Amino acid sequence: MCVDDKPGNLAAALREWEAEVRKQLPQDPDVKNAAETLSGMPVKELYAPPDVSGDYAASLGFPGSYPFTRGIQQTMYRSRFWTMRQYAGFGSAEDTNKRFRYLLEQGQTGLSLAFDLPTQIGYDSDDPLALGEVGKVGVAIDSIRDMKILFDQIPLDQISTSMTINSPAAVLIAMYVVLAEQNGISLAKLRGTIQNDPLKEYIARGTYIFPVEPSLRLTSDILGYCARSLPQWNGISISGYHMREAGCTAAQELAFTLANAITYVETAGKAGLPVDEIGPRLSFFFSSHQDFFEEAAKFRAARRIWARLMKERFQAKNPRSWMLRYHVQTAGCSLTAQQPLLNILRTGYEALSAVLGGCQSLHTNSYDEALALPTEQAAQLALRTQQIIAHEIGVTETVDPLAGSYYVENLMDRIEAAAVTYIKKIDELGGMVKAIAAGYIQKEISNSAYAYQKSVETGRRITVGLNKYRIEEPPPTGLLRVGQDIEAVQALKLKKLRAERSSGAVAAALDKVKQVATSEANLMPAIIDAVRVEATVGEICTALREVFGEYSGANYY
Amino acid sequence: MEAKKVIRVLLAKPGLDGHDRGAKVIARALTEAGMEVIYTGLRQTPEMIVAAAEQEDVDVLMLSILSGAHNAIFPRVLEGLKNKGLDDILVLGGGIIPEADIAPLKAIGIREIFGPGTETGEIIAYVKANLSAQRRGR
Repeated sequence: MCVDDKPGNLAAALREWEAEVRKQLPQDPDVKNAAETLSGMPVKELYAPPDVSGDYAASLGFPGSYPFTRGIQQTMYRSRFWTMRQYAGFGSAEDTNKRFRYLLEQGQTGLSLAFDLPTQIGYDSDDPLALGEVGKVGVAIDSIRDMKILFDQIPLDQISTSMTINSPAAVLIAMYVVLAEQNGISLAKLRGTIQNDPLKEYIARGTYIFPVEPSLRLTSDILGYCARSLPQWNGISISGYHMREAGCTAAQELAFTLANAITYVETAGKAGLPVDEIGPRLSFFFSSHQDFFEEAAKFRAARRIWARLMKERFQAKNPRSWMLRYHVQTAGCSLTAQQPLLNILRTGYEALSAVLGGCQSLHTNSYDEALALPTEQAAQLALRTQQIIAHEIGVTETVDPLAGSYYVENLMDRIEAAAVTYIKKIDELGGMVKAIAAGYIQKEISNSAYAYQKSVETGRRITVGLNKYRIEEPPPTGLLRVGQDIEAVQALKLKKLRAERSSGAVAAALDKVKQVATSEANLMPAIIDAVRVEATVGEICTALREVFGEYSGANYY
Repeated sequence: MEAKKVIRVLLAKPGLDGHDRGAKVIARALTEAGMEVIYTGLRQTPEMIVAAAEQEDVDVLMLSILSGAHNAIFPRVLEGLKNKGLDDILVLGGGIIPEADIAPLKAIGIREIFGPGTETGEIIAYVKANLSAQRRGR
C-alpha cells in the first residue's frame, strides 16, 4: 500500500495494515508469540508514529533535564560508565575480603556487600537461630572486628560501598563510620549506599525484625544522620528488585517501589526532614528482567514518574531531588539450574537492557547462581559481561539510543499509566503501610507469580532448556560450598571478643540504646557508641527488640 | 464406599530464609488440586514445624529452603517427627539443595526433593502416589 505521512492518513494506513495482517493465519506453530510482554502487556505486530503521543519536550526532554526520561545526566555513559558493582559475600570476613579484592582487581568499580541471614536478621553467629545459616548467603559480621577484616587493604576513602542490610542497617553504618574513624578517614569522604528499606522486607524479602512503626523510625533516623554527617552517602536504596523476584510485573515493580518511596519521604517529613534535605540522596534498586524492551521502557518510565512525583506531589525544589538514581540487578529468578551456561546469555541481555535504560550501577548475576553462590570464575565472567557492554558494542557512545523507538515509547507510556494507576489505588487504601497490613500488595504479587507459573506450565511461555530443548545432564560440579566450620570459627571469635572488651562499657552502651529507643531522639549516635565499644550486631538488635518488639504480620498470598 | 479423603499438607519455611515465591505458588497449586494446605510462613524452627504438623494432623510436610541451611535443619525436623510418632507423614524438600546433599537427606527420611524448574503437577502427582498407606486409608 502507499503510505503518506499526514498523521490522520498514517493512522488509517496503520489500521489497514493491521487488519490485513491479522486476517492471515499464523505462520509457524513453533514460533508461538505470546503477543504480550513478560508482564502481560499486549504487544502489537508493529508500532509506528500513530502509536506515540506527546511532544518531545514535555514527555522526553533532554538528558539531565526534567523529567529526566532520557537520563539523569547530560552525557551519561559517554562521560562515565555505570558503576560495576557485584554483590558478593560468603563465609567469614576473611573469605569475603579475598573475593572483594579479586573483583576489584578484575575491574569492578564499586563494592556490594552480601551479609548472611543471621547478620541481616540481627542474630550473632552463635545464636541458636543462626543454626546452619552462618556465612551461607553472605558474610557473617558479628562485630566491628569482622568489619575491619572485611575491609583489609580496601581504603574506605577510595571506594564506594553498597550494603544490603535493612533491619540492622543502623548497626552496619555505625560499623562503617567507626572503621573510617579508626583509619583516620573523614566521614565526608565516605561514599556508598545502605539499603535500609524495611517495607519491602514485609512484602517480599523477609529479613524484617521490628514492627512497622519502629522500623520506619530507624529508616528516618538513618536518613537524618546521613543528611547531616555523610554527605556522599545514599541513606536508602528503595527496592523493587525483590518484589519483582517474588513474581510481580514491571508496572507493579515500579508502583510498589515508588509507593514505598512516597511513604519514606512522608515519614522523613514528619520526623522533621524536609524533602530537599533527603531527596538528592534517595536511591533506588530495580530488577532487569528478561523482556528486553519492556525493561528498558520501564527504567525510562521510572525516571519520569519519580521526577513528576517529587516536583508535583512533594514540591521538591532542588533539581537533584527530582532525579531517580538507581542500581540494577539482573533477574535472579530468570536463571535456570538446567543448562546453566544459558544463564550467561540471559544475564547478558538483561544487563544490556539495564544499560539502555540508563542505570547508575549494575550487578550481573553469575551463571551458576540458580545452584549456589558464584565461584570466582563465574563471578569474573559476570563482571566481564558488563565490561563487554561498556567497551565493545557501541551502546554507550550516545545517550538513550532507544529513544524514539515507536514500540519503546509506546510501551513506556503504558507502563507509566499502569504504575500510576496502582499508586493511586495505594493512595486510596491509605498508603503502603495500610496496603501491606491488608495484604493487598502481597496478593497482587502472588497473583502475578501464579499466573506466570501457569503460563510456563501450559507451555505458553517457553524457558529454553526447561520446558523446551531439555537435555540429559550430569549433575553440576565445582560449585561453591561454604564450609560448616564457619559457625565454630565465628563462635570462637565471639568468645574472644567478649573476653577482651569492656563488658561494663558494652552494658552501659546497650542501656543507652534502649533509652534512646524509647525516646524520639535519633538512634544513630547511641548505636555508633555501642559499636565503638564492640557491642555485637545481635546484642544491639536484642536491645532494640526489647524496646520495639518483633514484627508479626499475617501470611498473605 | 467412603468419600475420598482430603490430603492435608503443611508447607513450611524453616530457618531464616525469606524466599517464599515457590512455597506460595505450590500452596496455591495444591489447593487448586483439592488438597488442604496450611502454609506456616517464614522463620519456622524445627520445633514449631513438628508442633504444627501434629496439631494440624497433616499427611504431608513440605520443607522449602533456599538458604543452604537444610543439612542442619532437616534432620532436626525428622527427629522431632519421629519422637512424636509422626513418621508416617510424607516429608518432602524443595528450594536450593545441592545434588550432593540429596542422597544423604533421602537416607534420613526426606522422601523426595523438588528443585528449581519443577512443575507443580509433578509435586501433586508425587504426593498422591506416595502418601503412606496408613494416611491414605484414614
